[in-house]
Amino acid sequence: MADTQQLDSIGASITEGLGNAVLSLNVIAEELILNVERNSIVKTMTFLRDDVNCQFKQLMDLCGVDYPEREKRFDVVYNLLSMTQNSRVRVKLQTDDEGQVPSVSSVFSSANWWEREAWDLYGIFFSDHPDLRRILTDYGFIGHPLRKDFPLTGYLEVRYDDEQKRVVYEPVKLTQEYRNFDFLSPWEGIQLDLPGDEKSSSELDDVKLKKPND
Amino acid sequence: MGITENISDRLDTPLSPGAQQDQVLKNVTDSLVDKGFVIANVDKLVNWARTGSLWPMTFGLACCAVEMMHAYLSRYDLDRFGVVPRPSPRQSDVLIVAGTLTNKMAPAFRKVYDQMAEPRYVISMGSCANGGGYYHYSYSVVRGCDRVVPVDIYVPGCPPTAEALIYGILQLQKKIRRTGTLMR
Repeated sequence: MADTQQLDSIGASITEGLGNAVLSLNVIAEELILNVERNSIVKTMTFLRDDVNCQFKQLMDLCGVDYPEREKRFDVVYNLLSMTQNSRVRVKLQTDDEGQVPSVSSVFSSANWWEREAWDLYGIFFSDHPDLRRILTDYGFIGHPLRKDFPLTGYLEVRYDDEQKRVVYEPVKLTQEYRNFDFLSPWEGIQLDLPGDEKSSSELDDVKLKKPND
Repeated sequence: MGITENISDRLDTPLSPGAQQDQVLKNVTDSLVDKGFVIANVDKLVNWARTGSLWPMTFGLACCAVEMMHAYLSRYDLDRFGVVPRPSPRQSDVLIVAGTLTNKMAPAFRKVYDQMAEPRYVISMGSCANGGGYYHYSYSVVRGCDRVVPVDIYVPGCPPTAEALIYGILQLQKKIRRTGTLMR
C-alpha cells in the first residue's frame, strides 16, 4: 500500500501540472481520488500517463456509476496504475444522459471496450470513440440494463417457436412476481408494536432504560 | 433358442462382471464357434449400442462446465461409459447444457441442437439450465433451456456434482433402454 506522503507529493504535481482542470483532489483511505471536469478528461489522462512524476501508464479499469437522484446522474470512473511509482490513482467525472464524454481510447487503447461496456450498460455516450457499439447485451437489445430505473426482468424473453422454426422474442410473462420481502409487514417480519398492545411495548422501553441494579 | 433369450434379457439390464456375465459371454462364444452367428433382437441390440456410446456435444456455458470437466477427467472418467466429448454437433448424440443459457446464446444453442443427427438427447445440467435458477428474474437469461429445446433429463444442483451428472447420464441410458426404438 502506497504511503500517504507519496500520494500527497503525486497529488501536488498533478494540481501543478493540470491547474484548474482538477475540481478536487482527495486522499481517502490511502487512495488518491481526482475529480475532473468532463471536457478535460483527455488532457488529464494524457498528463497522468506522460508526466515524469506520475507515469500512470496502465488503465486498469473504466466504469460507470448511476446516481439517479443527481442532476448529472452518471459518474465515469477511471482507475490508473503506475508501475514506476508503485501507486494508483482514481479519476472521476460526472455526466448526464445527453452529455458526451470525450473518449480516452486515443490515450489508452484498453479504454476502447470498456467505453463500449459503459455505453451498453449505462448509455453514457463517448465522443470520438472509433467504434461505439453495444458489447455485452443481446443483438437489438433496448435500454441500458445497469441504470437504476431499468426493470430487473427487462422487456423481452425468448422461446423457440415450433411453427416458425426459430427462436422468437416475446414480452416478459412471469408466473410469479419477483419477491420483495417486506420486513415491516406483520406477516413477514418481527414487529414489536402489536396493534392494541402499545402500552406493553412502552413499558418495555422503560425497562430497557432502567439499569439492571435499580 | 436358449441363447437368443439369454442375450435379449441381458441387453435389457447390463450385467456386472461375474459368473453370470461370464456364462453369457461363454454362450455367445460357443454359438459363434458352433454356428458362426448369434441371434438377438435388433432394437435391443441397437439400444445397447446407443447407450454404450453416448457422445455428448461439448457445450459448457458457465460454472457447471467445470463439474462436467471433472466428470470427464481421470477421477470419474466418463470414457468408461463410452461417453466421449465431441467438438461438433454432427458427431454428437447428446447435448449437455452445462450452465446459464442467455438470450443472446439461445438462437446459437438452437442451431447446435438442430445440427445434431437423430436420435438426439438433451441433458439439462444445473439450476440455470433447468429453470433460470439464480438468474430467473434477470433481463438477459432464458428461464430454462426447455423453452428452446426438448429436454430428456434434468440434473438438479448449483452446480451439480460430477457424480450427479454421471447419475443423470446413467438415467438417460436407462431411458434409452426403456423407450429407444428403430421406429421414428
